[in-house]
Amino acid sequence: MPVFYGTEVASRLMLGTAQYPSPAILAEAFRQSGAGIATVSVRREAGGNRAGQDFWALIQDLGVTVLPNTAGCHAAREAVTTAQMARELFDTNWIKLEVIGNADTLQPDPFALIEAAAILTDDGFQVFPYCTEDLVLCERLVEAGCQVLMPWGAPIGTGLGLNNIYGLRSLRAHFPNIPLVVDAGLGLPSQAAHCIELGYDAVLLNTAVAKAGDPVAMARGFALAVEAGALAAEADPMEPRDMAAPSTPVLGKAFL
Amino acid sequence: MKIIVNGETVETVAETLARLLSEQGLGDAKVATSVNEVFVPKTARDGQPLNDGDRVEIVAPRQGG
Repeated sequence: MPVFYGTEVASRLMLGTAQYPSPAILAEAFRQSGAGIATVSVRREAGGNRAGQDFWALIQDLGVTVLPNTAGCHAAREAVTTAQMARELFDTNWIKLEVIGNADTLQPDPFALIEAAAILTDDGFQVFPYCTEDLVLCERLVEAGCQVLMPWGAPIGTGLGLNNIYGLRSLRAHFPNIPLVVDAGLGLPSQAAHCIELGYDAVLLNTAVAKAGDPVAMARGFALAVEAGALAAEADPMEPRDMAAPSTPVLGKAFL
Repeated sequence: MKIIVNGETVETVAETLARLLSEQGLGDAKVATSVNEVFVPKTARDGQPLNDGDRVEIVAPRQGG
């Protein structure tokens, strides 16, 4: 099972908490997913608005490890302040660092990401950077202190799956000892299985479960998929080849 | 004085961040705060003065991906 900053988690599935049809469906989806980590955010609360207090009670009942994010931040300073507020709220040094560089693709800003990761690491955070599969960016993030990398599979919320399988495979080969998580873009359990088959330690997803017609069933589907992927990865898969090779013995075939 | 709380202009007599939270009914709530884009820890709210035009952010746990 994956180990993040010295903490082993019980599942290769990390699940977001947004966009579910109801709190009850969120809770049941989490139970069926077996996810060990739940991502959460911080948002404004003032006046008569107490939504955050109710949500916090719900999350505590799930019994999962919480990974707060800096979703929606577009600058390093903004992400750092958000992370500091999240650390106090959730009482954890873990932070999923998101610094968005493009509004259409929600692609991370690589330059601001490195800047924020270095500041946060110096401040005692354990950073989970939401990044692209760019090898040089990932090297710089590791130099900045990140001991986990979370490249996207495809843009957030698209469900397109793995847009750059070669890039993800290269990253795995280049960082054999850094936990790698595909974060964002997954739409189907088969894509999650593929990530784990590639040797990735975990997947992080939200929309694929929350926006499915039956989020609870989809959560179970993803749980089975990451288990299947892990079995396959550990089972030393065969090498693909271009030409056919009969699986049924040729010897002994009737001469007709 | 007038300050900005979560993007809204608010008229307040609160002289500290801790008093503002009480005024907002969030004195005992699970929230985190910043003033003028700088994080203010819970332990520092009593000593954090507020001045006219300050920008205060008050956040709480929320759903996220």
